[in-house]
Amino acid sequence: MAPEAAGKPGYRGAARGGLWGWINQRLPVDVFWRSQLSEYYAPKNFNVWYFFGSLALLMLVMQLVTGIFLTMFYKAGASTSFESVEFIMREVPYGWLIRYLHSTGASAFFLVVYLHMYRALLYGSYKAPRELLWLFGMIIYLSLMAEAFLGYVLPWGNMSFWAATVIVNLFGTIPGIGPGLVEWIRGDYGIADATLNRFFSLHVVAVPLVLLLLVALHLVALHEVGSNNPDGVEIKDKKDARGRPLDGIPFHPYYTVKDIFAVCVFLTLFAIVVFFVPTFGDLFMEKANFEPANPLSTPDPISPSWYFTPYYAILRAVPDQRIGALLMLIAVVSFFFLPWLDRSPVKSMRYRGWISKSFLAAFTISFLVLMYLGMQPAQEPYVTMARIFAVPYFAYFWLMPFYSRIDPVKPVPERVTFHG
Amino acid sequence: MAKIASFVLILLGAPLALAASEPAATQPAAAGAEQPAPVRWETWHAGNAVTDTASLQRGARNFMNYCIGCHSLKYMRYQRMADDLQIPTSVLDANLVAPGSSNLDYIETSMPDADMVNWFGKSAPDLSLIARSRSADYLYRFMKTFYSAPSRGTRSENLAYPSTAMPAVLSDLEGVKAAVYREVKGSSAGAATTESVFDHFETISPGNLTPEQFDGFVRDTVNFLDYVGDPAQVERRSIGLWVVLFLLLLSALALMLKKEYWKDVH
Repeated sequence: MAPEAAGKPGYRGAARGGLWGWINQRLPVDVFWRSQLSEYYAPKNFNVWYFFGSLALLMLVMQLVTGIFLTMFYKAGASTSFESVEFIMREVPYGWLIRYLHSTGASAFFLVVYLHMYRALLYGSYKAPRELLWLFGMIIYLSLMAEAFLGYVLPWGNMSFWAATVIVNLFGTIPGIGPGLVEWIRGDYGIADATLNRFFSLHVVAVPLVLLLLVALHLVALHEVGSNNPDGVEIKDKKDARGRPLDGIPFHPYYTVKDIFAVCVFLTLFAIVVFFVPTFGDLFMEKANFEPANPLSTPDPISPSWYFTPYYAILRAVPDQRIGALLMLIAVVSFFFLPWLDRSPVKSMRYRGWISKSFLAAFTISFLVLMYLGMQPAQEPYVTMARIFAVPYFAYFWLMPFYSRIDPVKPVPERVTFHG
Repeated sequence: MAKIASFVLILLGAPLALAASEPAATQPAAAGAEQPAPVRWETWHAGNAVTDTASLQRGARNFMNYCIGCHSLKYMRYQRMADDLQIPTSVLDANLVAPGSSNLDYIETSMPDADMVNWFGKSAPDLSLIARSRSADYLYRFMKTFYSAPSRGTRSENLAYPSTAMPAVLSDLEGVKAAVYREVKGSSAGAATTESVFDHFETISPGNLTPEQFDGFVRDTVNFLDYVGDPAQVERRSIGLWVVLFLLLLSALALMLKKEYWKDVH
């Protein structure tokens, strides 16, 4: 090939000759790099809430890599799982590190995902044109819940066993097909070896594949519509002569170096947990899970991991199990409808009125209180409190079509602003 | 609070923390004899330090002399224990490895399960993870609150684990105690009630150790079980210190890099 042809700018994106040019004529590496990173414009006013997307990606990679190493030594099976985990903790060189990275990683993943989602609630990131982006994110959240639950069963501790019993039995509340469905999921008449093996398969192959696909779709959708920002201003509306958003800066290098800093700070906090407090009280690893699964001895109380406890509190707040399970399902699924429940002309909380702000504050408090209540035993006053705090939780979502419309909003600026 | 304090110290420097987290001066047991104040055993703390190798060695000795008769540590090998606790192989082989076992074996009791079920009603649990599933404080309270109760016949009673199947195997060291109760008046459904509440222990017959010596014995044993629950924990904390320091340095460099790039963003 003539050198001038290979060096010609715009020739399938290849600006160079040699091996790099040869590759670029066959694979759009440079084009991809430019369109997705070095010439992808992101709003320049991102604040600390905008770190959690890339941190979630970091946690996904962390879980995949540590998971691969754990799978090398873990032996799924009712008589082998618990022992193989202790083998990893004691006899595999640095096995304890891999396992604590993975167990802490699960909690950290949920922490950053919750903060990532909360950012969307703060700045209206789910509103048009980002509805599909939000839906992909919500399906990722659901898959992550499934992935975390399946993984929690694998060490085959006593809490693993009883958490699996409680959660799988929830499917039994579905009218008609419930009991048969539960048996089909378990592959046995109780949580047993067959259940453990299929959960292992789903945890290490099926759900991670789904997660990777969904994350790819989430990112493609994000780069198609562009990021929202704390002001909720569309930066694509104001462009310079060359078509670049006036309030945008290239993602690389500006946000790559900024995110590297966030990653370092996050990993510092993460390492403090992994190396000094890996059980984090009883929150990241429960005492009861250091006893092997025992169908004859129920841990008291049975409580799921902290990231599920708000929903667990709602489940237990209702005396009727079927209605409780339904309410719990609605509590999770409500998030999906946010883009259509929100009728406010304004995206960001910065420019919304006191009504929207009050409802979001009430939701935030009730979510945290329900999280605490879900960790307590199912007795008074916790059950009554859960009933009380479930009200603002649901009101935030299902009264939104009304209160977001009458909310006294403030004028939104033309361009993005900086708040330090 | 003590945990947070020692955690901060570990961050500042492992050697400092080692000295600071030595067993705190909580000596709860002996007070009952002359002082009428009720013994609040529920608040006792093990106050053990897994960095104290000498204490761990004594705990290993205690375990091999008093516990292994019934209890196993089935996830722990003799040699791993000796390596971590700096026990010379000659001492390990001569004094600690059970007859018929090799130093590469897991630490297992030779008591058959069937016999234990016959004699005690159940087999003794494996103790590899007992400090993790119950906590060191619980083990300390359990070992220190055995007492003789006539209602239990030849069996012993325990405050931390009522109706325990475990006999008071340390009674030759500690002596035999009886529990003294006090009557607490209350009311239930309008009627006055009295309730017996544990007050303190009374020594029936003394053991071979003084209360202080026995307290140290229990503390060392709990410390050893704490180590066995998570044998890499000392190494974990010492590596962790360097990892955190490295990441702090990296964060500072990353912040400088970010500032350099963002100079021209307004």
